[in-house]
Amino acid sequence: MTATTTRPATANAVATRPAAVRRRPRLPFSPWHLLLAPLALVFAVPLVWLVLSSVMSNAEINRFPPALWPSGVDLGGYRYVLGNAMFPRWFVNSLIVSAVTVAANLVFGSLAGYAFARMRFAGSRVLMGLMLATMAVPFQLTMIPTFLVMKKLGLIDTLGALIVPSLVTPFAVFLLRQFFLSLPRELEEAAWIDGCSRLRVLWRIVLPLSRPALATVAVLTFLTTWNDLTWPLIAINHDTQYTLQLGLTTFQGQHHTQWAAVMAGNVITVLPVLLAFLGAQKTFIQSITSSGLKG
Amino acid sequence: MPRLPRPITVEGPPPDPRPLRRKRRRETGAAWAFVSPAVLIVLGLSIVPVVWSLLLSFQASDLVTPSRWVGLDNYRALAQDPNFSQAVRNTLLYTVLYVPLSLLFGLALAMVLNRRIRFVGLYRTLIFVPFVLSATAQGVLFSFILDPEFGAANSVLHRLGVSSQGFLSDPSQALLVLVAITLWSGTGFCVVVYLAALQDVPQSLIEAARLDGAGRRHLLRHVTMPTLTPVTVFLVLWQAIQSLQVFDLVYVTTKGGPLGSTTVIVYFIWEQAFKNATAGYGASAAYVLAVALGLVAGAVRIVRRRGRHRLEGARS
Repeated sequence: MTATTTRPATANAVATRPAAVRRRPRLPFSPWHLLLAPLALVFAVPLVWLVLSSVMSNAEINRFPPALWPSGVDLGGYRYVLGNAMFPRWFVNSLIVSAVTVAANLVFGSLAGYAFARMRFAGSRVLMGLMLATMAVPFQLTMIPTFLVMKKLGLIDTLGALIVPSLVTPFAVFLLRQFFLSLPRELEEAAWIDGCSRLRVLWRIVLPLSRPALATVAVLTFLTTWNDLTWPLIAINHDTQYTLQLGLTTFQGQHHTQWAAVMAGNVITVLPVLLAFLGAQKTFIQSITSSGLKG
Repeated sequence: MPRLPRPITVEGPPPDPRPLRRKRRRETGAAWAFVSPAVLIVLGLSIVPVVWSLLLSFQASDLVTPSRWVGLDNYRALAQDPNFSQAVRNTLLYTVLYVPLSLLFGLALAMVLNRRIRFVGLYRTLIFVPFVLSATAQGVLFSFILDPEFGAANSVLHRLGVSSQGFLSDPSQALLVLVAITLWSGTGFCVVVYLAALQDVPQSLIEAARLDGAGRRHLLRHVTMPTLTPVTVFLVLWQAIQSLQVFDLVYVTTKGGPLGSTTVIVYFIWEQAFKNATAGYGASAAYVLAVALGLVAGAVRIVRRRGRHRLEGARS
């Protein structure tokens, strides 16, 4: 056995992997790279091109055939987008909408999820059933009346119209409820019997144990809110209230020939999501796969 | 009530039932306070709108002036509207192309990435990254790359001696190009889901099959595939629902054109409700879509249940 010769520290790490895989010697070069490398390139090239074209001059882009590689770094596109256009404003709008939506989903989702998981109260089953049922309702069915409700509330053309409908999603409630149910009851009950209020139990005991579930809710809420176009397109008319997605597509429509500026705006639009993803890749991928597999 | 832990040290007096009842009543109050924000939003902006939409679909409404009851006229008009039937055809074609291709590519890539080779993490990241981009960003990026005059795609084709293509401006190519863009961004999702599932295939099962003399093809057919079935069913359902609801990418790239060749159902709904001021008509189209989505989900569930029975039967 090879395991006996390894140091304890690594033996521990190895133990989680199947032994058969461990014994196979690592190839210096696998022929699979010949397939994988070009494929990965296909996925990467459009993104590389996005960055490259954002630092090209319009002259380089507008000749035929257009240049494939910039001759130098020209920040004219960024200067235009950050100076003349309203991208900074849209960026702040997107940030506000995403931050408030994520925070609200964490707070209200935890509260409701905890009540459904642990508290007995009249009507809990019916309410939970309704929550589950609404998860299957497609957005297209609710968007017209939601628009009318927002109009009644006077929120159309404000960031409020973008925030209020997604303050708490049934998905967040359900996911957190399922996670809370998987926690051992004993800790909470001891604190509760000692006279802790439910809110205190939730804040002090349950939430610190629920970081993975909270991270999943935060990641998925941020991703869908930041990336949404449909609802801002319906609820917002005035360009001071645009989000980045809405601003970018409108900007593209109005500046058809200034591709460098459009691509600079596009880089600014995707940068927060890309940075968040690269910084917390594991959380992102786990959130997306786990939520999918349980759904 | 939660089970009370038995006191260990001090035997107190027997619990008085009155404070308990009071505690329970207080508990109901607290619980309602906890769930009220969620209930308010979900009821007010989901349950009520579902009913409202249904009522709206029996009316002629422009969302501004008072609406008029027209009964089933909207649905009758939908059945005869050539634009709607074109939208349905486009959406179905898009779905029928995208769903199987994304699953096939996803599974194939996941199987390759499940091997122990170097840079697997890097490959996985590169393949998955496009998934986190918004449809808007993808649309704007590919409008540029595929621009007939200024785009890199035609520039490369030109250098290779191939004549310029219309891509998104060509009615016979536009929908296929949209499928390709979505494959670029959506395959990574199938890859990571399949990878997670492949890593869950019990190693003992594979070892046992190998001892029984199973070759690589047998392993794939009789061990790996059956354990992947639930994931595949989920992915079919998920991808189908996503592609039947495609909108953002269409709005950004083609606005339904050229010549209506990329008008999909949701684009049709949006156009009717918010551009043509025929909200009742749009609501009826939304109901048709919702029923279709429900049927897809129901069909997948039935298939899954049958599959489970068969598996259980085989095991016993």
